[in-house]
Amino acid sequence: MSELVYEGKGVIVHIKGPVVEAEGMRGAKIREVVYVGEERLIGEIVRIEGDKAIIQVYEPTGGVKAGEPVERTGEPLSAELGPGLLGQVLDGLGRPLEVIAEKAGGPFITRGIKAPTLPRDKKWQWTPLVKPGDDVVAGDVLGTVPEGSVTHKIMLPPTIEKAKVVEVLPEGDYTIEEPVVVVEHIGGKEEVKMYHKWPVRTPRPFREKLAPVELLVTGQRVIDTFFPIVKGGTSAVPGGFGTGKTVTLHQISKWADADVVVYVGCGERGNEMTDLLHTFPKLVDPKSGKPLLERSVLIANTSNMPVPAREASIFMGITYAEYYRDMGLHVVLTADSTSRWAEALRELSSRLEEIPSERGYPAYLPDYIASFYERAGRIKVQGKRDELGSVAVIGAVSPSGGDLNEPVTQHTMRYVGAFWALDKDLAFKRHFPSINWLRSFSKYTGGLREWWIENTGHDMMAYRDKAMALLQRASSLEEVARVVGEAALSDENRLVLLSAELIKEGFLVQNAYHEVDTYCSPKKQALLLKTLLEFYDRARPMIDAGVPISRIAEMKSLGLLRRLKFVPEEEFENAVKEAIAQLEAEISSLLAEVR
Amino acid sequence: MSVYGLTYKGIDQVKGPLVIMRGVPGAAYEEVVRIYSEDGREWFGQVLEAGRDKVVIQVLGDTEGLDSNAMVKFTGSTLKIPVSDEMLGRVFNGAGEPIDGGPKIRADDFRDINGAPINPAKRDYPDEFIETGISAIDGMLSLVRGQKLPIFSESGLPHNEVAAQVARQAVVPGKAERFSIVFAAIGLKYDDVLFFRRQFEEFGALSRSVLFLNLANDPVIERITTPRVALTAAEYLAFDLGMDVLVIITDMTNYCEALRELSSAREEVPSRKGYPGYMYSDLASIYERAGRIIGRPGSITFMPILTMPGGDLTHPIPDLTGYITEGQIFLDLDLHNRGIYPPINVLPSLSRLMKDGIGPGKTREDHKEVSDQLYAAYSQGTKARELVQIVGEAGLSPREKLYLEFARRFEREFVAQGFRERRSIEETLDIAWDILSILPEAELTRISEKTLNKFHPKRRIAARAEGE
Repeated sequence: MSELVYEGKGVIVHIKGPVVEAEGMRGAKIREVVYVGEERLIGEIVRIEGDKAIIQVYEPTGGVKAGEPVERTGEPLSAELGPGLLGQVLDGLGRPLEVIAEKAGGPFITRGIKAPTLPRDKKWQWTPLVKPGDDVVAGDVLGTVPEGSVTHKIMLPPTIEKAKVVEVLPEGDYTIEEPVVVVEHIGGKEEVKMYHKWPVRTPRPFREKLAPVELLVTGQRVIDTFFPIVKGGTSAVPGGFGTGKTVTLHQISKWADADVVVYVGCGERGNEMTDLLHTFPKLVDPKSGKPLLERSVLIANTSNMPVPAREASIFMGITYAEYYRDMGLHVVLTADSTSRWAEALRELSSRLEEIPSERGYPAYLPDYIASFYERAGRIKVQGKRDELGSVAVIGAVSPSGGDLNEPVTQHTMRYVGAFWALDKDLAFKRHFPSINWLRSFSKYTGGLREWWIENTGHDMMAYRDKAMALLQRASSLEEVARVVGEAALSDENRLVLLSAELIKEGFLVQNAYHEVDTYCSPKKQALLLKTLLEFYDRARPMIDAGVPISRIAEMKSLGLLRRLKFVPEEEFENAVKEAIAQLEAEISSLLAEVR
Repeated sequence: MSVYGLTYKGIDQVKGPLVIMRGVPGAAYEEVVRIYSEDGREWFGQVLEAGRDKVVIQVLGDTEGLDSNAMVKFTGSTLKIPVSDEMLGRVFNGAGEPIDGGPKIRADDFRDINGAPINPAKRDYPDEFIETGISAIDGMLSLVRGQKLPIFSESGLPHNEVAAQVARQAVVPGKAERFSIVFAAIGLKYDDVLFFRRQFEEFGALSRSVLFLNLANDPVIERITTPRVALTAAEYLAFDLGMDVLVIITDMTNYCEALRELSSAREEVPSRKGYPGYMYSDLASIYERAGRIIGRPGSITFMPILTMPGGDLTHPIPDLTGYITEGQIFLDLDLHNRGIYPPINVLPSLSRLMKDGIGPGKTREDHKEVSDQLYAAYSQGTKARELVQIVGEAGLSPREKLYLEFARRFEREFVAQGFRERRSIEETLDIAWDILSILPEAELTRISEKTLNKFHPKRRIAARAEGE
């Protein structure tokens, strides 16, 4: 954050929690960052009344007094964008937690700590891609540096529309503060460093937004097959506590086939963040062979960290995501949880004494949610390159009381392409991921038939429809069974229940903590679902032949089919063949019996 | 221009627990003040709003008898309590003052009762199993060192007994030292407090306990400070002195009610059921103080108790709590009425940190799978039980009947145990296998072939027979 201080400091006249009023602020801008009080707490101007400014402070304000100074910086809240973001663990304002710990001298977060996001002393291996005399436009790649598992492109910042390259530093190791390129434009000469700042509430520019069409493989069967999300798509995961939102988001952050993952832990548990910090360095990205942490940016504003910074953390995260997108990379942003973010908004709105709308949320809540999800997308990047990049956004929603009719869920639903409704009853049964197949949706399934055929050789969407029909039939039969008992159903109907149960147990239930089951490739998903669907087709004639359902349910091969998902990819095809062979053998002996 | 150390005479307005003063230009936000009435009575207060023109003070304690000529002294400091190892074995009120007739604490340090958030990068991940000796908890909701696991209960259920049993029996296997106990009562009846005291005394824990008591007839406003004071003490014992501390706070529902009362006195915009919109962050600032820290030996394991109004899990208090804590232990009226102690309904219960606290080297290699299978089977069993209500037992299929029997045995043999009965984790898992073995093997889908071979009683017998 810049240390430039404008003349004429303001003076605090009133403090009420995180909202501070200051006088002598004439000329201050809305959303300008200020330093509040003797301890120089970070704040942002949210309202201006004459020469009074209302400031929301991102740190606890205990002990601050009227009469203390307010310094202006002249800049809006911005993110530092450059090499050194990957592998970082930042707070909601972009300060590295490790640096905070160092400066605080202990494990507790103290106030007034200033810490830049990017390390200033680290040297990066610069390879220039332009030479003096080249014409460049915003978004053009000036050079590259290797960073974690990606090649980090140093681009002409969007603020310089077009220019001529004047000087370029030769290949070598430089810090981000060294100007690697000097350009000349109408305004004169300008030094370009490896990093620049971007106001977090402003979307970064691109050339064109495209329709998202490519499956974002998450390795989670119920998602990829039933309610898929695409690269550049959006999805919401609503669910009461204990339904597995966080685990779902963690799984996606771990396994999604993205180049970069931004994880925003927004108002959630401290230990969940610690869990990620423990597992990410150990897990290996199957694409690059490097630790997952090296493709990730983690933002932590846990529930006990200051509320106003929670509101900022989401914008910080999406700005980082857009930056990597602009390099032509595929980025996934997961936010856990957007409800806490909305609540932070509500708290602030109430402190500003705005007129509340539904359930105390401000009337502009829907715009806010929309403005966040709209920053997702698949785009053509700026500059003279013909490259595509994408940001997919997946937000957890924590509806109060598990009630999906509350405002945050309802408004979110309107803006997302996929909706994974987590279900308490499934969670109680330890059916995880507890995504309810009757209440969830994905608007992307239509465009994905080709993708599946091309990538797996299976018409997965046809399997999906068949499985869905079976599950839906089973669900209405269950309603009946709840009244008359399962025993009163016909054997044919009970076979539907049994087959649906097989799909639930053998396909939908996926154990995030099982070595093999935690990730399932699209190929394996397709073959698995195909095999499980065959059970119904093969068992159906037995009913007609008069084999009692109780004997069918006892077949040993049913156990094999249920456990197929645990078979590693290499042995999978053989295991399927064996299971089918045993199924056939059992069927023919049962048929022989009744004959 | 601080007013630190200055005393002002006269207050402008008293509104419930709030005192409003004008013309006190330099009061600090959250600063502690002392108020003296003309007849010599004294109050504690804290600055809620600090303005050049107007200062709003929240008074701790009942404001009855406060007059407009009262003297207000600004202390220049936020609310702090003295901490030292002398706290052990002592009893304090909700403001941190001794009420056991003993001397004042010789302070090693003074700590702000609000604490400061633990830097997530400096947290150590809780993954050490705590054996509580209670099967339902150890087997299916394993508690780990540094976890926050609340008890969701209802009035009339034995949550105090469950908490006391955990406090009495909890050990980290392989660790010689026992847990120190920080106990805080918020708005509790005296006999409940007496029950805990007697329990701690009986199992010789009083000398390693610190008690903070805010009884039902104590000032409502001190219910806000009680948990914070208790956790400040716990943080000192854990992170400065290296102790493993078990914090039991009961009843968080009274805390939330006090918060609502205060919020309405401040005329804030209410959220659900009149509770303030910031209740989530407020509760988080309490619950998130549990945990472990890298490089420090101690830990805070936190077991708050709350009674769900009307047994409603979606009520804001259990709801917001569940979003912050690492799971919940759910006590069930129906189980209680059927004479099952502890009446833990495992289905809505959960321990989020269980996955890393169990397994080979920690508990037993079959633990995770057995627990998953118990959940799945018990859920089937309760479904069958619901069906019996409608179609009668005769209308059940043989499979459903089996699950019905499973559920019955699960509740009677696995969940139910004595208040003084301590089961090792091996015993717990063996009981589990015993009842799982009434189900056909094809139904045990959550258990791998390997585990079945090693632990399933029938296969073990078969293997032994083969061996002979």
